[in-house]
Amino acid sequence: MNLNIYDFYEKMERNNVLLSFKGEITSELLTSVLQIMETKMENLQEAPKIKKKVYNVLVECLQNLYHHIDEQPETDEIGAKTAMFLIAREQDGYIIVTGNYIMNESVNGMKERLDKINTLNKEELKNFYKEILSNREFSSKGGGGLGMIDIARKSGQKLGYSFVPVNDSHSFFYLNIKIRQTEDEKEIQ
Amino acid sequence: MEEIKIEATPKTPKVFFNAEKGHVEIRGRSIPENSVEFYKPLLDWLERYGQGPQPKTNVEIQLEYFNTSSSKCILDVFKKLEEIFKKGNTQMQINWYYEEDDEDMLEAGEDYETIVNIPFNKISIQEA
Repeated sequence: MNLNIYDFYEKMERNNVLLSFKGEITSELLTSVLQIMETKMENLQEAPKIKKKVYNVLVECLQNLYHHIDEQPETDEIGAKTAMFLIAREQDGYIIVTGNYIMNESVNGMKERLDKINTLNKEELKNFYKEILSNREFSSKGGGGLGMIDIARKSGQKLGYSFVPVNDSHSFFYLNIKIRQTEDEKEIQ
Repeated sequence: MEEIKIEATPKTPKVFFNAEKGHVEIRGRSIPENSVEFYKPLLDWLERYGQGPQPKTNVEIQLEYFNTSSSKCILDVFKKLEEIFKKGNTQMQINWYYEEDDEDMLEAGEDYETIVNIPFNKISIQEA
């Protein structure tokens, strides 16, 4: 294996990675990860406000992966059913990063939705959320597109994202969410 | 009518629905991957309750976390209650509890309040 494990470790250490995972996303995995993160934040004595925000955003990010991967074809040479995520603690807040394969034909639609969300301010996001919640039919599994709006609302930040072309059928979708600590929370510490 | 009593799990809330007491209570975390599966029996129960509700129906909702997949199901619960309330045979109030500094949960309550036509009472509680 052409991987320097110390280099790998050192990079994670330098970027304050609390937890990272690559593999198949199952319901049991999500339950464990959420429990681990809750304990970690407890041990870091985070203020309740940021703890809640991180937990909420994490739930949406991870469940996005879970539902999205379900839509991927069963057999695939690039392992489209696996994904990755990592959670890091920076000086001024938390970073949640997810990465997963997406069909090339879905890229444009996804990009449009994310761009639209990124143009909206707090009030507009609230209205958009309510509009979808009250008017549209949901699929039996997902939140009908509410997830990303909720992430934007709760994090109070623009959604960072990019798409990396992989092959004829797939791209890799990377989402980067920052949850900032507010000034009064910093003072508590 | 059979009551519904479900204990909380890490991803699903505690539920207590009792027709004789006119009591509808959901407490805890609602973050299952598949919310429809969890909420379906609750909606069915409310449908039956609506056929002969008590003069007063107490609705107590105290959520610590809920995911967007649950948000639609929670709205469905409120819509079902609204149908019952509109028939005029029961007094109703939704008590929506949120932890003191949990602005997101307060806002979520406000979101529902503007969509659902039932008297909505938002109650701040001390953190556990």
